[in-house]
Amino acid sequence: MPPILKNYLKLNLSLLYWVLVAPFRGEMFELAPVFRQMVAIGVRAAPMVALTACSVGVTLAMQAAHSLQQLGAEIYVPDLVMVTLLREMGPVLIAVIVIGRSGSAVAAELGTMKVSEEIEALEVMAINPISYLIVPRFLAMLVMLPALTILGDYIGVFGGWVVCRLALDFNTAGYVLRAVQSADTWDLYSGMIKSVVFAWIIITIACNAGLHVEGGAEGVGQATTSSVVQALLAMLVTNAILTSIFFFGA
Amino acid sequence: MTPENQPVVEVKDLIRKFGERRVIDDLTFQIHRGETLVIMGGSGCGKSTLLRHIVGVMKPNSGSVQIFGEEITVMNDREIAQVRRRFGMLFQSGALLASLTVGENVALPLLQHTDLTPAEIEEVVTRKLQMVGLTGFENLKPAEISGGMKKRVGLARALALDPELLFSDEPTSGLDPIMTAVVDRLTLELTRGSGMTAVVVTHDMTSAFRIATRMIMLNHGKIIAQGTPNEIRANPNPDVQQFINGEPDGPVPLSLSQSEHQHSAQVQPRPLVGARGRFHRKTP
Repeated sequence: MPPILKNYLKLNLSLLYWVLVAPFRGEMFELAPVFRQMVAIGVRAAPMVALTACSVGVTLAMQAAHSLQQLGAEIYVPDLVMVTLLREMGPVLIAVIVIGRSGSAVAAELGTMKVSEEIEALEVMAINPISYLIVPRFLAMLVMLPALTILGDYIGVFGGWVVCRLALDFNTAGYVLRAVQSADTWDLYSGMIKSVVFAWIIITIACNAGLHVEGGAEGVGQATTSSVVQALLAMLVTNAILTSIFFFGA
Repeated sequence: MTPENQPVVEVKDLIRKFGERRVIDDLTFQIHRGETLVIMGGSGCGKSTLLRHIVGVMKPNSGSVQIFGEEITVMNDREIAQVRRRFGMLFQSGALLASLTVGENVALPLLQHTDLTPAEIEEVVTRKLQMVGLTGFENLKPAEISGGMKKRVGLARALALDPELLFSDEPTSGLDPIMTAVVDRLTLELTRGSGMTAVVVTHDMTSAFRIATRMIMLNHGKIIAQGTPNEIRANPNPDVQQFINGEPDGPVPLSLSQSEHQHSAQVQPRPLVGARGRFHRKTP
């Protein structure tokens, strides 16, 4: 097995230990750093997520209107915006933003700590780096990516409304009614499940890259880049697999 | 507790290789309670690597390291953590957490390993910073203080839990002569006064002779001399004399580092006559 994969599995196992087992052995992680990381990873990414989601909502509505108009079926534009956002565009595009913004920041921060001996110093002070540094980031990401996805879904639907209201013959009530009728709860839940899985992938890849940096500033840069690329690829492939299971499975 | 006559640290037949090169070559020595052992040697002779093996951050290829009578090379993370709570370590760079303030750095071991109240922690932090001459710097970030100050904060942090054993990696490099004297006096007070055991890696000879009760000199990962400061001063080995007197000419030639480098990299030097030569313009 290549060492990077071995490190990655090891990181996942020790994360599970520190989150699920250690608290019952009297080694509870602290909560304050989790909230600090939720602000750094999630809250600060909200404006970018909002802008992205709004653009996507508007674009989806315009493309849908363009195609559906030829069939005289503009009435289905809200359906298409809503379902596409909840199932695919919401989770995937917001994960892309979070990879670029928060995943890379985590990888770079941990990498810098690694090369400046801070992580070694923690170990020598008998402070476990996984429990002290990784667990708060992991939990924060697991909570904040789905939260951002919900935010993004709302704003995307708003973007769709802007197009429908201003360019098509929809009134607000009609838009909302169609949008809500078209989606069932499974559309929402499948998107939420996806974004939890993506959160796991993004944060573990970023942390793994950061913790195993070698060779100074250049190494930190390489680790950050590779964490972004790996997380993007892993996320998109996982999305295809999950979509096939959720919507084309037996 | 460790019995009085048992060594605090015992290193036996320790070997560590990087590739084919033996960075630590069959080292055996003991450190007894209350001693201040100074480990000397030129840059790149394996001093810091040795320290990393003693504290269990690196694992040796073979040999044993015992701290407080417990074998550290075979321990799991949890057992190592138990041992590490009993000693402090000062890193060469200070290794302060950049995201925390000076005060928070010193408070970190106290917050993690003790049940002291916030007021008590505050008092300990103030006292430890005062010991290293940094009163009033609690709220600055490591990026806002000088390298020598970072090192002293690192020392305050290493001493936060009043350890029985202190490892210092070049505690005085980058410090001005007055602060060097302050740190040396602090080491002396803690060892001679409070019975702490200290292992100090340094190549500052003034400081070394001031604090040591015993000295070890390393070269190529081997011990070439050991004894009390007076025995080292009287050591006839020309390598030792060149080092402690800081002379440019002697048995350790200037080309040593070069030949060693080629050896370690395991490559034949390419001739300089290639189209672009071995060195050409390159920006990072």
